[in-house]
Amino acid sequence: MTAASLSRQPLDSADIDQADIDQIALATYVLGLGDDTLILAQRLGEWITRAPQIEEDIALGNIALDLLGQARTLLSYAGEVEGKVTGTSRGEDDLAFLRDEREFRNVHLVEIENGDFAVTMARQLIFSAYQYELYTALLTSTDPTLSALAAKAVKEVAYHRDHATQWVLRLGDGTPESHDRMQAALDQVWPHVEEIFDTADTADILTALPGVAADPAALRPAWSRYVEAVITTATLSLPAPTWRSRGGRAGYHSENLGHLLPDMQNLHRSHPGASW
Amino acid sequence: MTSDVHPAPTGGSAGSRKGWPLWEVFIRARRGLSHQHVGSLHAPDAEMALRNARDVYTRRGEGVSIWIVPSSAITASSPDEKDPFFDPAMDKAYRHPTFYDVPEGVSHL
Repeated sequence: MTAASLSRQPLDSADIDQADIDQIALATYVLGLGDDTLILAQRLGEWITRAPQIEEDIALGNIALDLLGQARTLLSYAGEVEGKVTGTSRGEDDLAFLRDEREFRNVHLVEIENGDFAVTMARQLIFSAYQYELYTALLTSTDPTLSALAAKAVKEVAYHRDHATQWVLRLGDGTPESHDRMQAALDQVWPHVEEIFDTADTADILTALPGVAADPAALRPAWSRYVEAVITTATLSLPAPTWRSRGGRAGYHSENLGHLLPDMQNLHRSHPGASW
Repeated sequence: MTSDVHPAPTGGSAGSRKGWPLWEVFIRARRGLSHQHVGSLHAPDAEMALRNARDVYTRRGEGVSIWIVPSSAITASSPDEKDPFFDPAMDKAYRHPTFYDVPEGVSHL
């Protein structure tokens, strides 16, 4: 039984004790954060050899590798915590390559297609600014693994945020063509914003182990201040979407993830145990 | 936020692709050393060139400081002028500080 599947079932307190329930909440939370970084790393990796310039190719590759590094720590930790409850812990590779779509816990934002460069930068601005607030909050997490990761990762995502900011400013305040495409990109990506700040998805861990996780809703004011300042300075307008994505943290995904996973998992599944 | 966006140098350079000008990158490896030329890259403006240089040239912790200079701002000696420029210095051994002993423990001299 996996943490992912356990968390979807009503738990019978006669069969499972409270400490286990807490650990499952922790594993599920960490898995969600890990899947966000893993899937976005895969998406950004798709730009390699396709970026507008070789310099940008390297920049996107660097960001993808930073995220992959965070994913490794988070998935390993999720597998380890889950193992304490189930008795069999899964490693980072098991979680990355041997789960199917319904078992992934990432938000929809990170799985959307790259689109044009403006869409990728809009998504990156939203996500990096969120991760910056997330890791800043996790610096004071009572969980030593999460606070140690946050200390390292907050510097990485500060750079990712700056990189996306520079591009949104230049494309928004550039030519009429770049302005229109940057605005269209923001409009396209914005319906996925609400989901990343959805406290309901994090309720289990916030109740079970106070002080471990960051309440996503509490991250939003600082996120909004930053992102809105960038958008205003870039002479763009804040989108007002008429719908919102939901369900990623419960394993409900868009068609996009189904296309991404075979790309990411094929090698490992075709050649189990292959290594460099 | 746009105040730090430097205008791109006009005229570009012979090596510009899609209108992005060329920039020369200088990196200081650590405090006490001078900036060394490490290469060049393309970027739409100076601020982006700085960030690109960070990604291209300091991936392995090579530097503590980066300078960016528009390639078009560099005045270079011509290979054709090599002889009049450099040859007269060749036979003037007294210009080289080889008659002094370098004190032990002095690095980077």
